[in-house]
Amino acid sequence: MAQKLPHKDAVIIGLGWTGSILAHELTDAGLDVVAIERGPWRDTGTDFSITYAQDELRYRIQHELFLRPAQISVTFRNNAQQTALPVRNWGAFMLGNGVGGAGVHWNAETWRFLPSDFVLRTHLTQRYGANFLPQDMTIQDWGVSYDELEPHYDAFEYLCGTSGQAGNIKGQIQPGGNPFEGPRSRPYPTPPLKQGYGHALFAEAARQLGYKPFPQPAGNLSQAYTNPLGVTLGQCTYCGFCEWFGCANYSKSSPQTTILPVLVRKSNFEARTECEVTRINLDNTGKRATGVSYVNASGEEFEQPADLVILCGFQLFNVQLLLLSGIGKPYDPNTGEGQIGRNFTHQTMSTALGFFDKDKFNFNPFVSAGAIGMCIDEFNGDNFDHGPLGFVGGGYLGQVQTNGRPMETTAVPPGTPAWGSKWKQALRDNYLSTINAGGGVHASFYSYRDVYMDLDPTYKDRFGRPLVRLTIDFHDNELKMSAWLTDKYAEIIQRMGAKQVVKHPRKGPYDVTQYQTSHLCGGAIMGENPGNSALNKYLQSWDVPNLFVQGATAFPQNAGYNPTGTVGALAYWSAAAIRSQYLKNPGPLVHA
Amino acid sequence: MVLLALSAGTARSAIVKGGLPWKPGAANPPTPVAPEGWRYFTAQEGALVEAFVDRLIPADDLSPGGKDCGCAVFIDRQLAGPHGRFEGYYMSGPFQKGTKQQGPQSAETPAQQYRKGLAAFETACRSKFSGKSFVQLGDQEKDETIKGLEDGTLKLDGVDAKEFFKLILKDTQNGFLADPIYGGNKNMASWQMIGFPGTHYDYREWIDRHNQRVTLPTVAIATHPNWAS
Repeated sequence: MAQKLPHKDAVIIGLGWTGSILAHELTDAGLDVVAIERGPWRDTGTDFSITYAQDELRYRIQHELFLRPAQISVTFRNNAQQTALPVRNWGAFMLGNGVGGAGVHWNAETWRFLPSDFVLRTHLTQRYGANFLPQDMTIQDWGVSYDELEPHYDAFEYLCGTSGQAGNIKGQIQPGGNPFEGPRSRPYPTPPLKQGYGHALFAEAARQLGYKPFPQPAGNLSQAYTNPLGVTLGQCTYCGFCEWFGCANYSKSSPQTTILPVLVRKSNFEARTECEVTRINLDNTGKRATGVSYVNASGEEFEQPADLVILCGFQLFNVQLLLLSGIGKPYDPNTGEGQIGRNFTHQTMSTALGFFDKDKFNFNPFVSAGAIGMCIDEFNGDNFDHGPLGFVGGGYLGQVQTNGRPMETTAVPPGTPAWGSKWKQALRDNYLSTINAGGGVHASFYSYRDVYMDLDPTYKDRFGRPLVRLTIDFHDNELKMSAWLTDKYAEIIQRMGAKQVVKHPRKGPYDVTQYQTSHLCGGAIMGENPGNSALNKYLQSWDVPNLFVQGATAFPQNAGYNPTGTVGALAYWSAAAIRSQYLKNPGPLVHA
Repeated sequence: MVLLALSAGTARSAIVKGGLPWKPGAANPPTPVAPEGWRYFTAQEGALVEAFVDRLIPADDLSPGGKDCGCAVFIDRQLAGPHGRFEGYYMSGPFQKGTKQQGPQSAETPAQQYRKGLAAFETACRSKFSGKSFVQLGDQEKDETIKGLEDGTLKLDGVDAKEFFKLILKDTQNGFLADPIYGGNKNMASWQMIGFPGTHYDYREWIDRHNQRVTLPTVAIATHPNWAS
């Protein structure tokens, strides 16, 4: 029998980036808030100690900071003709766990989407005609514009202390920045990171080819910074143990380094860790959330009543919880009806390796940071004419190599024996002189009718609840785009002076064992009306007005950038609407 | 203001309220591997794996061989621990074979795979070389046998030879390249070979020194001056 707990004004499911932002905003507005987090408490001093954080085997290969599939997993198939099988160990994506969520182990690449990304269907249709888009592509406009989000992108970047070079301030193009970015109201809070030899050489080659390279916007800070909440971050030391790892320097933007020290001191905030929410409870009309049910580490069940429920879990689990709680209508790919589970997307990643003369080039790959790098944006979004090319979408290209960790970055030229003395020699001869940026081409993944999420009929989690089932494959549009972008990227690597360039364009079928970023998006998308979305422009559920769903769950399709900047902006935008409109007059904020 | 440390409502679930939880000396460092003996392998299995890793990573002027680097010890300790049991993996049934894209679907743990694979490999060796065990073969014969595993021409009874080869190769190379605290990469041999300075954490003086060799001494987790023994 579940123990019913005293009422709270708001319950937040998950204490990662969006949970921390919403908790801070709502407590600031005077609400009594509880956050319920499935994983453990994590903090720099106790969990990312400078004496043993630099452990590639433990954190990069064995993923100790991540969710264990034993705790909860998903099933996967490429198409509806196959039987979905469990992801028994993570591959294509890695899921965070614990307080701070993915904000603990991310690279901290902190991008904004393009203005055209938010009105994608309208924009592409206007430019190329409706027949240019594949018939089964289900991209949509977001219902919110870049201009509406700009102050909130700014808020997230100033919370984080993001290090970068502005490219467009109020319409004025700035030298050294991204000339394609949407206008921003002011410069980044801290200057860009310094760049290593390989990164700088890429920029030089890019310039020679006529492109405009700029430093990647980074949540690894170029200098110490105190944010508007009064929390101070340290200076990045280019340690090369960034993504997959916690930062021991307090120099990576995370909930731990930007919000939690202030949040936990508030008398109207409480976090409960290693407690898993199993259900969002609804009243008998089905249109009002009454709170959540959760289970603690000992298996005891609790019911937490609240007036406002904010779902801040990772994308996959947000969708699973909506489906299990009976919120909204599950998507049926055959009829096209139902909003929950559709427009599921990932990212289309590719790269090209460059092998250089070891007597002329020493790149010191281990001197690096998670979001270091020089990038070009000429081939992102609709920044270029797709007419003659026969595909839509794009991505940034960059020398964004983050590390020289031996198990990960000992690439050898094709044809090298896989073992023996020749293998050793190739390792020795190439380690310092190879460009190996896993995220070199970071491209979009648009949405399709047959790429979606629903509940698995067979496999269950440890509570006996159905796992989420992913039906996902690459479409010709993304594969064509990837081949073309990878060729462009390889040209730049060649121009740097490589003696051998090995291209690795993305090839189908979608493989759940090959890592392709953890940028899973969609499944409960935002939009202009309940006929084509699960959430309104403020991330409020059309079905249950006292429920707001944060995160990349809301993206109708994924763009050619890392999503966290946009996730942070949407969180601030949503929080502002809750504070200025919803709390004064609880109910639907949009009448469509 | 009262700082409320983690107040455990139950075994592990905790309530965090009032301040950042903190306990002096709280940490979770890795446990250094003690190099003597086997924790998972039998004496025979251990000798076989030592001979195997010594061919995958032969001794030459670039580094000591896989055996002296501790690669077999590394693998043994991994198999004896949570990794060997697939701890943390989703291990609920039903188990059914899927497509390559759906990833491994076997209930067989790495520890079980090694036990079975090594036994089948030894049997295949004895059959091919008139009763001689792998450890008794000359280097050239050993390499020939390993190549047979690699390309699938050496058939193993009840075991996928190519998959078993990939498993042992990956584990051997990880043992060669990982921090020495896990039993392999003795004396940071691989890191010295390739020019990876190890567990340094501050390269601010080096980021601007383009195309210059980093001259810091190589360090590992347990040899770093910050480690208190």
